[in-house]
Amino acid sequence: MSSLSLKDVCKSYGSVEVLRDINLEIDQGELIVFVGPSGCGKSTLLRMIAGLETITGGTLEIDHERMNDVPPAQRGIAMVFQTYALYPHMTVRDNMAFGMKIAKKSRSEIDAAIANAARILQLEPYLDRLPKALSGGQRQRVAIGRAIVRNPKVFLFDEPLSNLDAALRVATRIEIAQLKESMPESTMVYVTHDQVEAMTLASRIVVLHGGNIEQVGAPLDLYERPANTFVAQFIGSPAMNLLDAKITAAGETTSVQMPDGGRATVPIASQGSDAGSSVRLGVRPEDLTITESDEFLVSADVDIVEALGETTVLYFMSKNGEAALIAKLPGIHKIAKGTNIRLTAAPEKLHLFDDKGTSFFYR
Amino acid sequence: MNPALQGVITIIVGVGGCIGYFYLSNQFLDKVLFPARGKHIGRNINRANMIRPWLFLFPAIFALALYLGYPVIETLRLSFTDRSLDGAFVGFDNYAQMASEPKFWEAMRNNMLWLIIVPAMSTAFGLLAAQLTDRIAWGNVAKSFIFMPMAISFVGASVIFKLIYDTRPANQDQIGVLNAIWLMFEGGPGSYLFLRLLPAGIVICFALLMAYVLYLALKPLFRREAGAGGSWWSVPLRLFAGFVAAWMIWLSAKSVFSVLAAEFAYGSPQTWLTLPFWNSFFLMVVLIWIQTGFAMVILSAALRGIPEETIEAAILDGANPFQIFFRIKVPQIMGTIVVVWTTITLVVLKVFDIVFAMTNGQWETQVLANYMYDKLFRANDWGVGSASAIVIMVLVLPILVWNVYNARKEMS
Ligand SMILES: Nc1ncnc2c1ncn2[C@@H]1O[C@H](COP(=O)(O)OP(=O)(O)O)[C@@H](O)[C@H]1O
Ligand SMILES: [Mg+2]
Repeated sequence: MSSLSLKDVCKSYGSVEVLRDINLEIDQGELIVFVGPSGCGKSTLLRMIAGLETITGGTLEIDHERMNDVPPAQRGIAMVFQTYALYPHMTVRDNMAFGMKIAKKSRSEIDAAIANAARILQLEPYLDRLPKALSGGQRQRVAIGRAIVRNPKVFLFDEPLSNLDAALRVATRIEIAQLKESMPESTMVYVTHDQVEAMTLASRIVVLHGGNIEQVGAPLDLYERPANTFVAQFIGSPAMNLLDAKITAAGETTSVQMPDGGRATVPIASQGSDAGSSVRLGVRPEDLTITESDEFLVSADVDIVEALGETTVLYFMSKNGEAALIAKLPGIHKIAKGTNIRLTAAPEKLHLFDDKGTSFFYR
Repeated sequence: MNPALQGVITIIVGVGGCIGYFYLSNQFLDKVLFPARGKHIGRNINRANMIRPWLFLFPAIFALALYLGYPVIETLRLSFTDRSLDGAFVGFDNYAQMASEPKFWEAMRNNMLWLIIVPAMSTAFGLLAAQLTDRIAWGNVAKSFIFMPMAISFVGASVIFKLIYDTRPANQDQIGVLNAIWLMFEGGPGSYLFLRLLPAGIVICFALLMAYVLYLALKPLFRREAGAGGSWWSVPLRLFAGFVAAWMIWLSAKSVFSVLAAEFAYGSPQTWLTLPFWNSFFLMVVLIWIQTGFAMVILSAALRGIPEETIEAAILDGANPFQIFFRIKVPQIMGTIVVVWTTITLVVLKVFDIVFAMTNGQWETQVLANYMYDKLFRANDWGVGSASAIVIMVLVLPILVWNVYNARKEMS
């Protein structure tokens, strides 16, 4: 059952097109995360769902009702802002009660809703404080409480953790995950540029880039089967290595050859017409292993070694000084800078992308 | 000598004198008094740095003491002496004499009226203008027009409004705008609407506003809100505010009937500035016209400082524009509103030029500052004149202290 659906939604500011033909179905109870680099239109899309920005094309439906022209307060949504957006002159209680007071709800109803939200978020001791007397994490909880009190069909979060310090961010992220668990019926849309938040919270991730949806899928699906080079490099840290290669044999499995002598046979199907075409071979840094055999992917001199104990990260620079390849090996390896090393990876861990950047899985 | 040349010389002497003073005094401190060499170099540098701030403050402190501190003390002394007894000390005689003069009480009463109406109206109009001009494309042009009166001197503004209030004999064309409008009323339904119902409505609105103020002032006394700690003086202050509000309600309730029943002389031009009681309001309009620009500029900056997200959150909470304005925006800029209000209050308490230029305190428009001028420079009675000056200062002082207190709180 779809509780929120976007059909060909567009947004332009004057002649500047910010979002193009966004199509997305969100089921009830999902926690959808919009992720993407800064400026890709995540906030804009969220604010269009909230009704804070006009929708310049397409249809937005919530519970199968067209919402394009419904005022924000009647869409059945609640939003949590990055800057908390608490009313500074009101106590925590009044902050949470404001919406219900505007809607002329009865005193007992308001008190019950606030008591419930305060219990869920452990805000009871702070109800009569002003926001300025709270810490950042507590303020964000009040902002979430204000959303809960509205009992919305859809919760919208716009980078709710990015104003918190690192430790608090982790704690609040776990709180949000628990909150979602305690409200399995509610739908949440969560915007972030942080892939860790996206991977840990999402039931499905929507990767946005330059106003388009690049891929929609469960977090591990995106990790294991990225649809294109953008998603491949955006999800995962360090980013996936992309090596230029040429197809030497097409068929059930595809054999590729790298310019510097590396080769691989990838269990991904390709057509006969692909033979000889240039592709990009993708391999995640953590999938690379050291090998002695002649069946290697890369053979190069190590430029930088970062020994973290838990892992050892090797950097291989290209001629222009960028990190051309990164390998992340588990455990401790005593490798000196400048050593020539051969790396390989299990064939099923390899990815192939055509010259347009699309994965061979999705062709 | 050519006055322009004199001006240039004054500037050179003034600025050069300042630079010379700061340079030479610091040189003296560092080279002669506490030289940064020899046995006690560390101690000398520390001492020089302790004295240095006072070198910079000295000119300001000296000028303030000479031109503000000394006059205050001298005025206080003069207010206890009598001119006809060769300046003998007469205690509170001058104050007693002043208190027995009806003109003094007229000035007091008028000042109180000014004090309530001008800051309230200026702030309200300023806030309205700030909010509305922010929402339209040509808002900045409108703002400059509203701000322009600030650039006109009080006397200049008085001359403009004297023309607006001007009266010509009945058989001539009226050049005063107000009389021209007045002559359009002839006693029909339009006159009833604009001259009876509308003023009565305004008075009733004012009474309701005061009732709300009363409620706001007294509410926390009955329902102690935890967390929002109040100072010890907040209780008497709230009681006083409540009392003033109740008094205002009583006054407006009384005047509603007189407004509705008033008799008007339709068709004959009025000499507005000689109508007792009303003429004070015609004078106030001048100051409101000037101060609205000031209030608008400050409040507009404050409105822009409100975080956009709080307004968006209120939109999502379902608040309409009025609720957003009164329950989200205004409370957030309350500190600034108070500062604007008290700043205008200070201007009002000292108001002199407008009254002096337009009525000179005749026809029951006297105010304290003009009363003081009358006594001091026309009657040459320095005793009573100084006494009234002291009265003005005593009235201004608490508001000034409060204003500074609020302004500092706003800044931190
Ligand atoms: N009011 C506006 N006028 C013009 N362009 C805008 C406006 N608001 C946002 N944009 C543009 O839209 C794009 C997406 O912005 P946004 O949704 O805030 O990105 P993010 O993904 O970082 O949240 C940005 O390139 C931004 O420059
Ligand atoms: Mg954003």
